[in-house]
Amino acid sequence: MTIAPPSDQLAAGAFERRRPARPNGRAPGRTPIGYVFVSLYALLALAFGVFPSLYAVVLAFTNADGGFAGAGNFTKVVGDFRFWPAVLHVTLYLVIWLVALVVFVVGLALLVHAVRVRWAGTALRFVYYLPGALAGASSVLLWLFVLDPTASPVSGLLHAFGFDSFVAVIQPGHLPAIFAIIAFWTGAGGWIVIMYGALNNISTEMLEAAQVDGANAVQIALRIQLPLLRKWIAYMGVMSLAAGTQLFVEPQLLSQASNAVVPNDYSLNQLAYQYAFQQNDFNGAAAISLILLVVALLLSWVFVTRGGLFEKE
Amino acid sequence: MNLRGWSGRSLAGVVMILFVFFFAVPIVWLLLSVTKSAKALTVANPFSVGSWHDFVANWNQLFGFQDGAVTTWIGNSAVYAGGALVLTLLVSIPAGYALALTEFKLRRALLVLTLVVMLIPSTALVLPIFLELNSAGLIGSPLSVILPMSFFPFGVYLTYIYFSTSIPRDLLAAARIDGCTEVQVFTRIALPLGAPIVALVAFFSFVQNWNNFFLPFVMLPSSDGYPIQVGLTSLLASTPAFNPSSAGSDSVQLPTLALATVVSVLPVLIVFLFSQRFLVSGMTAGGTKE
Repeated sequence: MTIAPPSDQLAAGAFERRRPARPNGRAPGRTPIGYVFVSLYALLALAFGVFPSLYAVVLAFTNADGGFAGAGNFTKVVGDFRFWPAVLHVTLYLVIWLVALVVFVVGLALLVHAVRVRWAGTALRFVYYLPGALAGASSVLLWLFVLDPTASPVSGLLHAFGFDSFVAVIQPGHLPAIFAIIAFWTGAGGWIVIMYGALNNISTEMLEAAQVDGANAVQIALRIQLPLLRKWIAYMGVMSLAAGTQLFVEPQLLSQASNAVVPNDYSLNQLAYQYAFQQNDFNGAAAISLILLVVALLLSWVFVTRGGLFEKE
Repeated sequence: MNLRGWSGRSLAGVVMILFVFFFAVPIVWLLLSVTKSAKALTVANPFSVGSWHDFVANWNQLFGFQDGAVTTWIGNSAVYAGGALVLTLLVSIPAGYALALTEFKLRRALLVLTLVVMLIPSTALVLPIFLELNSAGLIGSPLSVILPMSFFPFGVYLTYIYFSTSIPRDLLAAARIDGCTEVQVFTRIALPLGAPIVALVAFFSFVQNWNNFFLPFVMLPSSDGYPIQVGLTSLLASTPAFNPSSAGSDSVQLPTLALATVVSVLPVLIVFLFSQRFLVSGMTAGGTKE
């Protein structure tokens, strides 16, 4: 609660600033307080949500001198020899990761939910959840160790699969799977906890009624629990898909750690970064960013409408 | 759900245990490896415990790296994640409350905007935000990461869901009749009842910002301004095991790199361990929407 007083002051400050701007003839004292409370958020949303998106649009359709470029930037980046391989890499990674996420997260949530021993269920969820503390560069570094047969805790396993060196492990063909494993390891636990919570919200009467009617565990899972999880699975799909298209830190670090066995333009976001900071072509970078943004939004929109997300509002 | 039958139950158990190993083995190994010398790391049993002596040596090497750069990076991370945390709470909690429990004309528009921006991955906006802040002359300043991090639509959405499902409007109306001003209604009634969601938003904001890589990587060109997550790349670049060309005076051994990984996640790990209980209930706050 220590945040309350400053929040008051800020809100009051915003209130004073805003009042003259809205001479809409309301009686004093009836000023909608909602505007005051959302003012700072609206400001940030404009500065770091709306404006950058619009700015990206402008940049993508102009050239370095600020003149209108039409589709020029898009044909340039799409025609880049690095573009389609990057699309393929990210797509493969997304397919593997999303399938793994849906199958294993939902499966594990159902299993953990079925554990009757209370401490065991809690402990399982905790262990699954723990890697979530390691994200970004830290989790990639950890997996560099795990994938390096000289130091790996599972070097026996790696050798058994015929991988005798780090370079053999990170061959380009393996990368989509490797990135999917890293992302799954880091992120799955949080989703398992969310699915578990959603399963807890299913009324016990309904499950008991199904049992009385003779449904077995598998039938209950398939016919009752899964359909009721639909919304949450869609939610997980949207968030993961949107995030996955932005693949950056994993290939970036792997490229650095492998003496460029993994190229530094492996993913689309890396390519955008190369355009912006190696070629000083911000218009090209904006074009790639915009493509990524539109694809993420389109795919999310499909998930949202098909999955019945946000039905209430 | 009850798993009938002995074989079904043991199969389920095996699957769950396999995943325990999958999730836990890397972490356990990492924690053990910081106690080993570089040689022991590759030769000794992966799950053996090293020695205090080697741990101290790794520690000294890590914090001696580039004259104490690691300390600077951790300090930077604390400033960025802490600053963004405070701002996020000041901004998101009142906004979520207003969206849930007050009426104003642009309410619906702002809610839709929140949902849409929530679906935009934060990394997609990094380059446009870079260009924006570049023209504002903020690149390299702490504000260039703190301000974008403070915009946290997911936190607003969580707060919105929580307040719209768990606080009856009658309660607020009663407080108004008793003479509370709108601000008092928020600080005296809603905020105390909203303590769990404040903690949850704080947790998500902190974890996300501490672990953020791409934003600071782009916004902060100088090593002095790196947070630890970006600093890790400098350490990685100086590790001969992954980067043979880097063998030199300031090179980093594998156990030291492992220690750096542990140190970089320690604050988040501690927050995780302490907040585990309320998190499990809190993370599903959205689930009570039905």
